[in-house]
Amino acid sequence: MPNLRIDGISVSAPEGTTILDAAKSADIPIPTLCHHPKLTPYGGCRLCIVDVKGINRPVTSCTTPVTEGMEVSTTNPEIEKLRSTILELLLSDHPNDCMICEKAGDCTLQELAYFYGIRENRFEGERRQYTEKDDNPFIRRNMEKCILCSKCVRICDEIQGVGAIDLTYRGFNAKVSPPFGKDLNCEFCGQCVAVCPTGALTGKMWVTKGRQKDIREVDTVCPYCGCGCSLTLHIRRNRVIRVSSKENTINEGWLCSKGRFGFSFINSPERLKTPLIKEKGKFREASWDEAFDLIVSKLKKIRKKHGPDSIGGLASARCTNEENYLFQKFIRAAVGTNNVDHCARL
Amino acid sequence: MKHDLIIKICMGTGGIASGGLDVMHAFRNQLGKKSIKADIKKHCSMHKVGCRGLCAKDVLVDIILNNVKTTYQFIKPYMVERIIEEHFINGNPVLEWVVSEDYHQFHDNQIKVVLSDCGIIDPEEIEAYINAGGYDALRQVMLTMSPGETIETIKKSGLRGRGGAGFPTGLKWEFCSKETSAQKYIICNADEGDPGAFMDRSVIEGNPHAVIEGMIIGAYSIGADNGYVYIRAEYPLAVERLRKALQQARKHKFLGKKILGKEFNFDIKVKLGAGAFVCGEETALIASIEGYRGMPKAKPPFPVYKGLWSKPTVINNVETLANIPYILRNGAEWYASFGTEKSKGTKVFALTGKIRNSGLIEVPMGIPLREIIYDIGGGIENDMAFKAVQTGGPSGGCIPAKLLDIKVDYESLASVGSIVGSGGMVVLDENDCMVNITKFFLQFTQSESCGKCTPCRIGTKRLLEILERISSGNGRDGDIKLLEDLSHDIKATSLCGLGQTAPNPILSTIKYFRDEYEAHIKEKKCPAGVCKDLLSYIILDQFCKGCGACKRVCPAGAISGERKAVHKIDTQTCVKCGACIESCKFKAIRKG
Repeated sequence: MPNLRIDGISVSAPEGTTILDAAKSADIPIPTLCHHPKLTPYGGCRLCIVDVKGINRPVTSCTTPVTEGMEVSTTNPEIEKLRSTILELLLSDHPNDCMICEKAGDCTLQELAYFYGIRENRFEGERRQYTEKDDNPFIRRNMEKCILCSKCVRICDEIQGVGAIDLTYRGFNAKVSPPFGKDLNCEFCGQCVAVCPTGALTGKMWVTKGRQKDIREVDTVCPYCGCGCSLTLHIRRNRVIRVSSKENTINEGWLCSKGRFGFSFINSPERLKTPLIKEKGKFREASWDEAFDLIVSKLKKIRKKHGPDSIGGLASARCTNEENYLFQKFIRAAVGTNNVDHCARL
Repeated sequence: MKHDLIIKICMGTGGIASGGLDVMHAFRNQLGKKSIKADIKKHCSMHKVGCRGLCAKDVLVDIILNNVKTTYQFIKPYMVERIIEEHFINGNPVLEWVVSEDYHQFHDNQIKVVLSDCGIIDPEEIEAYINAGGYDALRQVMLTMSPGETIETIKKSGLRGRGGAGFPTGLKWEFCSKETSAQKYIICNADEGDPGAFMDRSVIEGNPHAVIEGMIIGAYSIGADNGYVYIRAEYPLAVERLRKALQQARKHKFLGKKILGKEFNFDIKVKLGAGAFVCGEETALIASIEGYRGMPKAKPPFPVYKGLWSKPTVINNVETLANIPYILRNGAEWYASFGTEKSKGTKVFALTGKIRNSGLIEVPMGIPLREIIYDIGGGIENDMAFKAVQTGGPSGGCIPAKLLDIKVDYESLASVGSIVGSGGMVVLDENDCMVNITKFFLQFTQSESCGKCTPCRIGTKRLLEILERISSGNGRDGDIKLLEDLSHDIKATSLCGLGQTAPNPILSTIKYFRDEYEAHIKEKKCPAGVCKDLLSYIILDQFCKGCGACKRVCPAGAISGERKAVHKIDTQTCVKCGACIESCKFKAIRKG
């Protein structure tokens, strides 16, 4: 296990660890825009540059593995100046409309601009201008805010295995795009939205519904399938406006399109809030007690007449494990049959 | 078979562009008409040959009649009949079409290793290469030398990578040979992309087998059984000749299974590049072969440890590989006898720009720049004053007239802020504006940046914008400092060689031609008279005869004046095309 010194602090990290990760383990912060712990190191934004003794130019800490005896300096006036120039360059090609940006307050670029105190820009010049398109209800792409960190491209390829987007064009015109510049037409898992460090990618359904600072977070479990992904509901004024997932969860923070975008039913006027009982071909609202009484009387009647095996139970995958456990217990112990199944048993 | 008459026609891309194919047809037709055709197979042979360097005089034709060689220049199809009549039949060369002294001066001052067979042998015939000693080195290596001995020889020769960075080739091979992997690769980088550079193209067009032989020897040395030539699709002739040569090499069992009866299998695939300059960078090149977008990756890991498909891979440039057979044939000491202490051997340069003999040259490392420009290049076109030479393409810098006696080798050029690079040499004269030249290179790097890293993607754009405003008369105080600062930061932070070197043209021109930048910014003048926005055209009253010639050629209708009266140019309407100056017989129009 190589031993090294980062800013004078002794650190040892397993072979193959990058300087960035080793520094993180010693609680030494290094700024970065393109790094994601679960994606292949990229070395694109160049903010995480550090000085390594014996190497005559700064190296990106996200791509450089630690070696025995390495002496790393993560901050010095020259390094900070270079980082500041990089930020200035990024901001020179950015709308800088934080006042109306969804991501304000939760934007890595904004935060770095703040810490580096970048107000004036020496490099004002042409800015990329794109018209927004995409005829889908999920993902809004504002490519003028894209800093080409490529996290979206990598997550789509490496985690999702879809590869719906990639870098296109060259130089200043380089752009993340679906093939041939067409509209986004993927499975809309929204993983790209989750990792975007700026306001380039957002969910259409939470636009202007509330920024990160306005919300209350509630952790829960996704009701859609048997995977049981952890969700974090973003709640403002008692309404769920956005869904995310934390990295330290069973699903490592990854979600699918249903988990991420399928929350509109919560506030839907069509959502069932009481049991319904059908009488003469028509549903009417009922209380839980009334409904349970009806179920119990009917089940008893059927069991008496035809025996317990004439009854079967089918539970929903959208229930939690505990609910499903109780249900099979009820069918087996109370009804007295093994006819019980579950749609996520596949 | 001995031929009494051998005709060799230059059929590199340059030769063909100048009409080489038509000249060849003309020879074939005329020889038929003069009823020499019947004997053609017996006494006469006609060959396509690759570039011999002096492209400016194409189509060049060598006639070897009874062992006497005569070279003709600027040959057109209509000249063929007279050559056959007077030279072939009567034995009197057509002296007025024979090359002049400068052709010999161009060649006599060079030392040719890589190019020694280019322009002499037929690149489409493997026998021609074999007869000239080709594949002897491979035989010698495989039958008498171990991989280790071969690497040792290359190390001793001092050969360094000719693609630009100058890394010692033998060392690279040694690193890779020590890797234990069931699969290794050798790649020939033929993605030559520097503007004005055509060394690699000419080598492949003129002698593809030397590159192939170099690759086989490299593969044997490092233990690779697969090779790739990554070549730009914009070089169709080179691709065609390379493919033909690979076919022939397979037929002769130099490629394939059990080469020369030994337990050594090796074959080469051709991979066409899709026109991205950055794919000349080795990690981007590897990504491109693997089917990904051509984007550089951070090093380490270096390709010799983890390259193509994550296997140990050696990537050598065309010229580097073409040197290998000659080094092994003649010995490491022979090769090391050329050049300087740290830069051994010879280097091919593409000499272009305002030079009389533009073309491809091969010179020993360490040759004074002056010799290249004046002895080989024949001096500046139209006897203008030499201003600078731009070496190393978009990654290089400009060397001003006061440094004309500098030695051309890796270290010396680096010490003055330029590089040898892949071998482009663009000669500039007093009519070239250094800001404008720099702008050209930045336009190139800006549009060829892959866009992956911030400093290169946005930084080069901003450099270009600053240069554009300087050359359009909108330069601001502090712009030179801003260019220098941003250049420094881009060099320090860019991911790959493209970004790390893109600001070099700016830094070197500011270093040597700061006064030109200042004239543009402060006086709003372009001293060389190139930057259009800083120019105005005026008619000098005392010389104007009122002939109206300028008025007639002006495409913008900016010139007015009665016949025989002094004319005037409306500077608002003038598009500064310069047509009026060319049309004026009385030199009455000036720009400034």
